[in-house]
Amino acid sequence: MTNEKKLTQAFVSALSIDEAQVVDSLQYNTIKEWDSTAHMVLIAELEDAFDVMLDTDDIIDMSSVAKAKTILQRYDVEFSD
Amino acid sequence: MLTDREPHLPEIIEEVLGLPVYELLQADKSAYLLPVFNQLHVHHTQQCASYFNAFSSHGSQFKTISELPFVAVRLFKLLNLKSVSEDKVTKCLLSSGTTGSTPSKVYLDAVTSRWQSKALVKIMQQFLGKQRLPMLIIDSPPQTSDGSLNARAAGIQGLGLFGRHHTYALNSDMSINWKAIEQFSAKFANVPTLIFGFTFMVWQHFILELQRTGKQVNLPQGHLFHSGGWKKLAAQEVDNTTFKQVVKRTVGISQVTNFYGMAEQVGSVFMECERGFLHAPVTADIIIRNPYNFKVCARGERGLVQVLSVLPYSYPGFSILTEDLGTLRGTDDCQCGRKGNYFTLHGRLPKVEIRGCSDTSQSPLS
Repeated sequence: MTNEKKLTQAFVSALSIDEAQVVDSLQYNTIKEWDSTAHMVLIAELEDAFDVMLDTDDIIDMSSVAKAKTILQRYDVEFSD
Repeated sequence: MLTDREPHLPEIIEEVLGLPVYELLQADKSAYLLPVFNQLHVHHTQQCASYFNAFSSHGSQFKTISELPFVAVRLFKLLNLKSVSEDKVTKCLLSSGTTGSTPSKVYLDAVTSRWQSKALVKIMQQFLGKQRLPMLIIDSPPQTSDGSLNARAAGIQGLGLFGRHHTYALNSDMSINWKAIEQFSAKFANVPTLIFGFTFMVWQHFILELQRTGKQVNLPQGHLFHSGGWKKLAAQEVDNTTFKQVVKRTVGISQVTNFYGMAEQVGSVFMECERGFLHAPVTADIIIRNPYNFKVCARGERGLVQVLSVLPYSYPGFSILTEDLGTLRGTDDCQCGRKGNYFTLHGRLPKVEIRGCSDTSQSPLS
């Protein structure tokens, strides 16, 4: 599975949203599914999927799907786009 | 003539969040925060009719922080105070009220919530570093939400950011979930862990219950953070020192940090230092006032605590007069090294209803 696919799956599973909704511009707290509770579930999903340990700054900074990619890249997770 | 665009209030608040948490000398901090509070005052005057009615006659540019108006904390129970339109409200925080008492309502928009989390993260990082630790929560798992969030659940969620493997120590009837605790302590006995609970819950439903049953829980590397009212504990003659001693004796935890915060100013909490004093972070400040004439008390003089925070943007709660009694102990010179104002608390003003996250828990034992 590509890293893009893994990322999408983590969002789909943590937020219970459709795959089509997981686009770079999707932002935290702009849809009811991505609230602060779901955010912590998302963090756990991403940590599992990419085998990383995210710190507290990462959790605060992860304000969009695009930002999630940027943060994961700092942990050597590569995305093609 | 065109002038340079004044920075918008949200940008200025973001800037304060970027400052070191405990390094600014009080004089520098006050000079930095005064224009921010002045702008917040103007913002709420423009956006909140109740705030306008109460305070617009006070002026708009105050020369010192102590001249700023303050909102009595109980107004958040009586009025729906908000400074953003209804469609911008993402969350309404309710301070859990006991039967017969009205809860406070605090309206949050997306940006205010984010600042609250960010401010709390910056403060907690000073004590825990950036890493997240296995977390034991001395409370029951959250009940399904109806859209509003009670203050206890919000507090747990806020601190939950610093945890991983979140484990709830209590069942929904407040009995101890022995299995959960045993698994947690077996797995994480030898690593640093984060333990969080509201003061009264930790005492009544965890510490006393362990003592009563004689069961052992050992988390020597745990760091317990707790907050909430002391009123019920004061009735049992348990003060902060006793609390720490008994926690150490019962669960082997020597790192115990109390903090002062409230639903009306989530995020900019006042943490207790190694010397036992509560410190104002860069995002907040305190002023102690005489309860009869509201004059500013001198260092060492007991009075009502006024709390100020740069975070309340969606509701007019940046300057609140609490019903808590405190004493300013000093400024810039605490032996722990943190700068700014530091203080101690002495509980509630007499005849004030019981409020606070842990005091409002309906205990079957009390």
